[in-house]
Amino acid sequence: MIAFEMPKPIADRREILKQAAEGMMRPASRYFDEHEHEIPWDYINVMWQAIQVTGQNYRPGPVAGSGDASHSDRPRLTQQMLIHTVEMLSWGDAGIYLCTPGSGLGGAAIEAVGTPGQTEKFLKRFAGDKPTWACMAMTEPHAGSDTAAIRTRAVRQGDGWTIDGTKIFVTGGHKSLIDSNGFVVVWATIDPTAGRAGMRPFVVEAGTPGMTVTKLEKKMGIRASDTAMIVFENCRVPADNLLGSADVATEQKGFKGAMATFDATRPIVAASALGIARATLEFVKETLAAQGVVTPYGVPRNKLTAVQRDVLEMEAAINAAWLLTLKATWLIDQKRPNTLEASMCKIKAGEVVTKVTQKGVELLGPLGYSRKLLVEKWMRDAKINDLFEGTGQINRLIVARRILGYSSKELK
Amino acid sequence: MYSFEPTEEQQMLVEAVRRFAAKEVRDAGRDADESGTLPQTVIDKGWELGILQSSIPEEYGGFGARSAVTGVLAAEELAYGDLAAAMAILAPGLFALPILIGGSEAQRKTLLPKACAGGHFPATAALIEPKYDFDSAALTVTARDDGDSYVLDGEKCYVPLAADVEHLLVYASLDGKTQGFVVGNGTPGMAVGEREKNMGLRGLPTYEINFSQCPVACADRLGGAAGHDFAPIVNASRVALGAMAVGLSRAAYDYALNYAKEREAFGEPIARRQSIAFMLAEMATEIEAVRLAVWQAAWLLDHGRDATREAYLAKIAADDLALMCADRAVQILGGHGYIRDHPVEMWLRNARGFPMFEGMAMV
Repeated sequence: MIAFEMPKPIADRREILKQAAEGMMRPASRYFDEHEHEIPWDYINVMWQAIQVTGQNYRPGPVAGSGDASHSDRPRLTQQMLIHTVEMLSWGDAGIYLCTPGSGLGGAAIEAVGTPGQTEKFLKRFAGDKPTWACMAMTEPHAGSDTAAIRTRAVRQGDGWTIDGTKIFVTGGHKSLIDSNGFVVVWATIDPTAGRAGMRPFVVEAGTPGMTVTKLEKKMGIRASDTAMIVFENCRVPADNLLGSADVATEQKGFKGAMATFDATRPIVAASALGIARATLEFVKETLAAQGVVTPYGVPRNKLTAVQRDVLEMEAAINAAWLLTLKATWLIDQKRPNTLEASMCKIKAGEVVTKVTQKGVELLGPLGYSRKLLVEKWMRDAKINDLFEGTGQINRLIVARRILGYSSKELK
Repeated sequence: MYSFEPTEEQQMLVEAVRRFAAKEVRDAGRDADESGTLPQTVIDKGWELGILQSSIPEEYGGFGARSAVTGVLAAEELAYGDLAAAMAILAPGLFALPILIGGSEAQRKTLLPKACAGGHFPATAALIEPKYDFDSAALTVTARDDGDSYVLDGEKCYVPLAADVEHLLVYASLDGKTQGFVVGNGTPGMAVGEREKNMGLRGLPTYEINFSQCPVACADRLGGAAGHDFAPIVNASRVALGAMAVGLSRAAYDYALNYAKEREAFGEPIARRQSIAFMLAEMATEIEAVRLAVWQAAWLLDHGRDATREAYLAKIAADDLALMCADRAVQILGGHGYIRDHPVEMWLRNARGFPMFEGMAMV
């Protein structure tokens, strides 16, 4: 039965998060934008407390992971809850939201392809007292979307692996490896002649000799979030830190597992994008309303002013993009495939937030462009959502291959 | 709770409508665009699907209950076949559904059983007016209360099937408020004009109607003496048209996708070029997103909530979607898209009208 009623647990959660966003994030937005690489510890500590209380992080025991898996008679809301959370936090501040402690992308990779023993070993640190992060390292200076072209090598030596290479654009790399006892899941090839089949994820824990965070990028937006370069030089990890099998010939699960995590992470990025978009839309509408400019629902578009029309079209686009994102996560909670919808919502939300925030700056004129207000910041923050977790173009490629029934060779 | 899954019953209806629409309605619609006439057999078959009848409760002669969600699912499928045919098949709902939504008990009891009793019920509604800034909330056709009756004056246009119907619901401004009036065809003071000639919808006969001192009994005001709220009616219309725009978009998308996989250029199917493939990916994405916006608005209507915002936002998104998909379908077919051997040029002509089709469909 088609239904659009926000479940009460989600509505309740959003109410609390809205207060946090208004009281804690918005007042800090400008400061952390202007003081890149400072860390919003107040937010982080509050969130860590909240996460421990609500049990969203890893808990040892039979019900690993998050949410409501133990209430199997009720419809699962885990991913739907998550995107509502992310949307509201990003409405507060998308850069600060990205500093939220937790197992993040690194944890997702372990949950997707790790053994129960590995999950226990690497994720139990997220039940501790101190805020902890984990991250994922895929991109290299010469290889972004073309992930199969990575050059970081992992070589079997004795009872472990030795990793050499350079990773860039690691979101939260500094927090995972320097500011906490976290880890990075680093992608390396165990056989450079094997292409994708040779790619494997390795867990490298904070403090491992041979791993150095060498640089923090200076970015257009999301400046509160650290984006690290990590260099691996003769970095040795135990054999058990390999996620998946060491056999190149038979084992494809590793790479596919990484790709499968995108099915969960792309809607999260879409939700973050749409939180920024909503913040912008609301601010534009409030500013216009204060000048007596209203945007009524129902007037034919050829009777509207250009400004009214822009605002209503922004609102329509945000609404449609949100529903698509919601469907992509509802499918996960229903344990159904969502690769197509995950890429679709990422395309749509990435495009919507880019347009909405750029239009928002334009509509507000000198107010939009000024750093006294946050609209210009939202525009800078927004753009990342059309870039990371697969650019808009990579996601179009994924959707196009699926709808056309083409392989990656047939549609390049 | 959120859910994006129609009930089994709804899925069965969708499949039944799709089986009928994808071939029979599609072919008839294409021919009618040339000839101007939809075969009565197609309209009758469409009527026999029982889309309207199952929206009317038993106490009023139907066999179901109105569900805007079910309505939009069916409307999308019919419009996937052909927009003109979809509008013709569903035209009786333009009259019957507002009576169900806003009519008095007496109006429901007398008029709805007639609508459900037999074949395609000869009824329609007149909302649109021939002016560039037409606005259903600010009509120029007026209703004047002269004590014994209401008197209608002014000009309507785009009234589907007006020459052949017995009953019309005519919307007019009564003291600045949009109100419906039940008018029998041929009432003195009412003159149905020549059939209109339009860019698209050429299979759907539409007419101008002139009202000059046209009297309507007080009891025939929709909702009786107290009148009715226009908002749920116009919202239901926007939702229905949104669904039809999605249906048309999907037709254009499917057609272009299949063509692009067949058509070869430079030694391979053109779909293997990103410039074509990405257009298709964007069409698929937008169709999915806008469909959900339409569903959401329909769901609000079904739960008796104010759907004004969502219905309007879904409608403007759907208007843009239809134009974008139809235009791209023509573009993907290249010169062939411009030739009337293919239906895509017709879909582009039809799609352009959505922003002004207010009140031409109901769920």
